[in-house]
Amino acid sequence: MKVMAQNRTLYDKIWDNHLIHSENDTSLIYIDRHLVHEVTSPQAFEGLREAGRKVHAPNKTIAVPDHNVATTSNRLTNFGSEEGRIQLETLDKNARDFGVHYYPVDDIRQGIVHIIGPEQGWTLPGMTIVCGDSHTATHGAFGALAHGIGTSEVEHVLATQTLIQQKSKNMKVEVSGELGNGVTAKDITLTIIGKTGTAGGTGHVIEYCGSAIESLSMEGRMTVCNMAIEGGARAGLIAPDEKTIAYVRGRPHSPRGQDWDKAVDFWSTLYSDPDAKFDKKLFVKAEDIAPVVTWGTSPEDVLPITDFVPSPDNFQGSKVEAAKRSLKYMGLKPGQKLQDIKVDAVFIGSCTNGRIEDLREVEKIVRGKKVKSGIRAMVVPGSGLVKKQAEEEGIASSLKEAGFDWRMPGCSMCLAMNPDQLLPEERCAATSNRNFEGRQGRGGRTHLMSPAMAAAAAITGRLTDVRDI
Amino acid sequence: MEKFNILEGIAVPMPLINIDTDMLIPKQFLKTIKRTGLGENLFFEMRYDQNGNKIKDFILNKEHYSKASIIVGGANFGCGSSREHAPWALKDFGIKCIISTSFADIFFNNCFKNGILPIIVYEEIHQSLLQDAETERTSYMKIDLENQKIIRNNADQVDFEVDEFKKYCLLNGLDDIGLTLKNTDKISSFEKKYSDKFSWA
Repeated sequence: MKVMAQNRTLYDKIWDNHLIHSENDTSLIYIDRHLVHEVTSPQAFEGLREAGRKVHAPNKTIAVPDHNVATTSNRLTNFGSEEGRIQLETLDKNARDFGVHYYPVDDIRQGIVHIIGPEQGWTLPGMTIVCGDSHTATHGAFGALAHGIGTSEVEHVLATQTLIQQKSKNMKVEVSGELGNGVTAKDITLTIIGKTGTAGGTGHVIEYCGSAIESLSMEGRMTVCNMAIEGGARAGLIAPDEKTIAYVRGRPHSPRGQDWDKAVDFWSTLYSDPDAKFDKKLFVKAEDIAPVVTWGTSPEDVLPITDFVPSPDNFQGSKVEAAKRSLKYMGLKPGQKLQDIKVDAVFIGSCTNGRIEDLREVEKIVRGKKVKSGIRAMVVPGSGLVKKQAEEEGIASSLKEAGFDWRMPGCSMCLAMNPDQLLPEERCAATSNRNFEGRQGRGGRTHLMSPAMAAAAAITGRLTDVRDI
Repeated sequence: MEKFNILEGIAVPMPLINIDTDMLIPKQFLKTIKRTGLGENLFFEMRYDQNGNKIKDFILNKEHYSKASIIVGGANFGCGSSREHAPWALKDFGIKCIISTSFADIFFNNCFKNGILPIIVYEEIHQSLLQDAETERTSYMKIDLENQKIIRNNADQVDFEVDEFKKYCLLNGLDDIGLTLKNTDKISSFEKKYSDKFSWA
């Protein structure tokens, strides 16, 4: 279904460019980049083998192990589990057998799939990008239509380079004004989820805009789009601008020469037309956003750090029971001051906050200070190149000096598939994206927050207002 | 894929909102390279204690509901991770239909790819179906996909909407890839035009 040419949203434009054909409400769209990791791909490759099919476009397919990899320095020989080893070996074999681009564990460019896509220049404005991973939304920061798919769809894209889709609705989230001291991209994205709820964006693609969004670095924009899925939207988008182009320029797989000029001309057309129609809109004043943390087991359970643990009675309908369950799981009582909540562990990393800028933020807070004794604090850079850069900038030595454990790159304790896990009832200040029950380890208690806030918690040993450090 | 037409079975009430895919199948079971065998680990942390014993109070551990093929679930069912291991685990357990007021997008899609029918109903109907499910005697339901009806134990019929294409695939047990490959010509001619225009992509 094409919309009138003059009043299209950015999403409409990207959709139209990739539409192969459409019947009733069902469309076939073309995929520019397919990112693949070890956890959601083995069954898809197996399906291809069984049917005697090939990968349709190996040149547009990029594989990297990230979820299951150990983050210890001996990880090439110590996999954490036999099943994990088999899964990594399976990706290795599949990547080589089917001839796709591949960054194995011992390659310095290996890292979390959503960090290396942009880093290597695979992610470009105006593209369609999919991956068997819900945080594919990250790439929307470049003005690319990017979303997670299931393994059956992974197989479909491998076999055909297309995806059967129904068009989503358009939602606009505008954040205007100036961000206060200590307020970061993570606080923006968590605050939005706190307002919309985890289903607020369901069926929609969110376009983030407004002066506060424009003011963010590309890293910050990736943090915002990354969590579109926690608001229910499959994809988040930010229109490309000078910052986007500057980030993309000169990356290993970015266009060169004449192609570059053509690409930049095209990218300058990627914005929502002034009269574009949005099905849903949300306006947020940047001044109203505070450094926030989550208190419960849903990413919508967001409050400013200066607040108190809510009572289930503050909610309505089925959220009352959900809140009771959350508080019990989290071991919290209504009325407790958030800043009095003590933590046992700090996790810095993930596709939400494992980029160089995030590590710089952490280093700024902890420089010259020490991680409180008894706290297990871990930094997991998002990629080998982020790690290298942080080491060159002196960030790594400063963090190690402060008492942080400096690890090898991967998804690590964000989903705790590898040995990096919380113990039952262990409480963690985490820069990741999900605070679900058991997410970081069975019985583990997760509070989501920005890298700066997590760094502050590492120093004081409790949830802390970064503005007081 | 197995065809879906008429389903008759026990519906289990799970009114908790935001049942996420981590809850449906936790991370440690994602290390598999197969699609099968995940049923015994469905809702793992709610179903088993730390020693691996079944938690008696959990509804799927009750004799009657352990045979359920339908879930009447809370809003935003299947949110979170895109892991298709969630529908694989549901299917392996024997669940073929989930009824809720809303689903997360990726999970909703993944269900159809595995012969599971997710049905969206209005709040009021959802409440009635939850009540039906809560009593063993009235927990039997019939789902008629062809005619798009949920037939309650008291013989009341509830209409539901389903996307035409998805319905067609479910009824006929069709695999998407085979269908798309029939459009190979369209894909090739698109690719040609596309690469002329966007040579860098």
